[in-house]
Amino acid sequence: MAGSSVSVDLTQAMATAPVAAGDWLVVAPALITMLGGSLCLMLRKNTDLQPKVGIGFLGLLVLANLALLIRVLDHGVITMVMGSWLPPFGIAFTVDTLGAMLSLIGSVVAFCAGVFGAATIDSTGRRYGFYPFLLLLMTGVCGAFLTGDIFNLYVWFEVLLISSYGLLVLGNDRIQLDGAVKYGVLNLVGTNLFLIGTGMLYGIFGTLNMADLAQKVAALEDPASGTLATVAALYFLAFAMKAAAFPVNFWLPASYHTPNVVVSAVFAGLLTKVGVYALIRVFVLILPASRGYLSDVISLVAVATLLTGAFGALAQTEIRRLLGYLVIAGIGSMLAGIAVGSTLAISGAIFYAVHSIIVMTALYMAAGVMEMMGGSYDLRKLGGLYQKSAAFAAVFLVLAFAVSGLPPFSGFWPKVMLVDAAFSDGRSWLGAAILVSGFLTTLAMGRIWIFAFWRGGPEGTPDGQTAPVTAGTALSEAQLSGSAVWLPLGILTALVIYFGLQPEWMLELSTQGASGLVEPLGYLRSVFGVQG
Amino acid sequence: METGVVILIGLFFTVAVYLMLSQQLVRMLLGIAILGNAVNMLIFTNGRLIREVPPLIPEHLYSPDVATANPLPQALVLTAIVISFSFFAFLLVLAFRAYQELGTDGVNEMRLAEPEDDQTPPQGY
Repeated sequence: MAGSSVSVDLTQAMATAPVAAGDWLVVAPALITMLGGSLCLMLRKNTDLQPKVGIGFLGLLVLANLALLIRVLDHGVITMVMGSWLPPFGIAFTVDTLGAMLSLIGSVVAFCAGVFGAATIDSTGRRYGFYPFLLLLMTGVCGAFLTGDIFNLYVWFEVLLISSYGLLVLGNDRIQLDGAVKYGVLNLVGTNLFLIGTGMLYGIFGTLNMADLAQKVAALEDPASGTLATVAALYFLAFAMKAAAFPVNFWLPASYHTPNVVVSAVFAGLLTKVGVYALIRVFVLILPASRGYLSDVISLVAVATLLTGAFGALAQTEIRRLLGYLVIAGIGSMLAGIAVGSTLAISGAIFYAVHSIIVMTALYMAAGVMEMMGGSYDLRKLGGLYQKSAAFAAVFLVLAFAVSGLPPFSGFWPKVMLVDAAFSDGRSWLGAAILVSGFLTTLAMGRIWIFAFWRGGPEGTPDGQTAPVTAGTALSEAQLSGSAVWLPLGILTALVIYFGLQPEWMLELSTQGASGLVEPLGYLRSVFGVQG
Repeated sequence: METGVVILIGLFFTVAVYLMLSQQLVRMLLGIAILGNAVNMLIFTNGRLIREVPPLIPEHLYSPDVATANPLPQALVLTAIVISFSFFAFLLVLAFRAYQELGTDGVNEMRLAEPEDDQTPPQGY
């Protein structure tokens, strides 16, 4: 107050040292995407310029995330507090290896989707705001990966959710409205459950900072009992809903095949994985005792999810719906890692998340290419694609092997880790479920390969004969001739092959990310060391 | 006072769950609106309820010497209200558009994305 003679010691509550220049990278992903999103929104009517600006900002986002990951690897966990209020009072952005790595992979996928969208999103879709929504979706995704405050995590969830609504109904088809109703209602209920859990956690501990919560939970005598058990159950249900785990998975196959294929690709890559990330963050870092308490439940859910996804995929004839079920099967594998909970299992789950982000996006893009070539998403109507483009057939085969977990592609290593961890934890049936699900996935992908690529034409074409290949429309021919379709698919496939042949780098990163959660000393020191 | 509010919150949750179990989209949306309010009240109560005391800090102290209301839950609730309000507005428009296009507000009748006569994939060729 004016004229007050009492001098207040600000260093007790605020960080007085200026933020190191490199640490501004912590907020760069959120800032870049917000800025790019607003710029694209202003350029809404300039449909030629919009993709260039949008892709430019997404490229910038990839670079910022890469720089952030390198800085985290050099300096350890980085914390930045908003408004310089010291934790646990100020909202903290705390970036560890896990967050930075997922943020980087997510932005690579978004960049690829931005490029792919330049071919598949027409000028109407651009005017309706594909690029602003995509960039703001990335604000939410990166924010969720980087934040160190659990209420802030809720806010980022909502940011990405509202952008995903926009993307889902882009184009306003009847079928999209149908899908969006189911997606919208169930996801909103999910975030409300998350909010209930957060409110109760605040009621117990009086703090929302993740590091502070982790300390306070660990200091309890019996950290899995009483109200905390309720909170843990609420969190598990909420994030399982986000991640589309059985039995709350039904919104995913009802909605993911309705929007434009590039939107499906982004959703399949990123959204469910943010739910898995939140599960890992909350159950390994903050509530490890509750994770142990719930691990049998999580195992059962994981097995059910693995099998639902795989059997669901076998029963589909629409490629995008089939892929939707494969997303669910992948979620089951990651849940298996969380259920076991050892460092090996968590790093397997993290590696699997990275693999799944890349390969599911690539597969949806491949489905888009199949539609451009064959004029349909239906296995009964497709055919002769191998003849049309042998190179694309090879790309699809790589992705099919990867998603089934066959060597030498990216899906193999995380599955080895997860199965190994499950067996050494005495949960052989969990490991068996992962393997069975992988086998069924191979069948489902093999079926696409047989019908869409090997069969000479649509259903009814006799073996060994070639029906005249469906002539693509002028639009799809134009789309296929440009590089906007092939470049992103190529980048993602190259990553799948690279992580399969050279897994050391990713193994090291995911192990580092997992051990940083299991023994969060570095995380805690980063948050509370700011005072020093 | 907390007991009374807690019972009220429980009542809100009951009504919300009951409405959300309905097959009519409009009722489900009403349920979601009530659920949002129940959650907000729950957060508010979790910050402990305290009668109105001005949050003034005496000049020689760093913190108030009497218990004042906790401002943080209020900030959280404010954020949550804004978010749930905007989502509710979006869902209302979405439900109306779905009703216009699909001609029904019964969620069981919305089978466009997942048709009832869904065919199984070919068994061979």
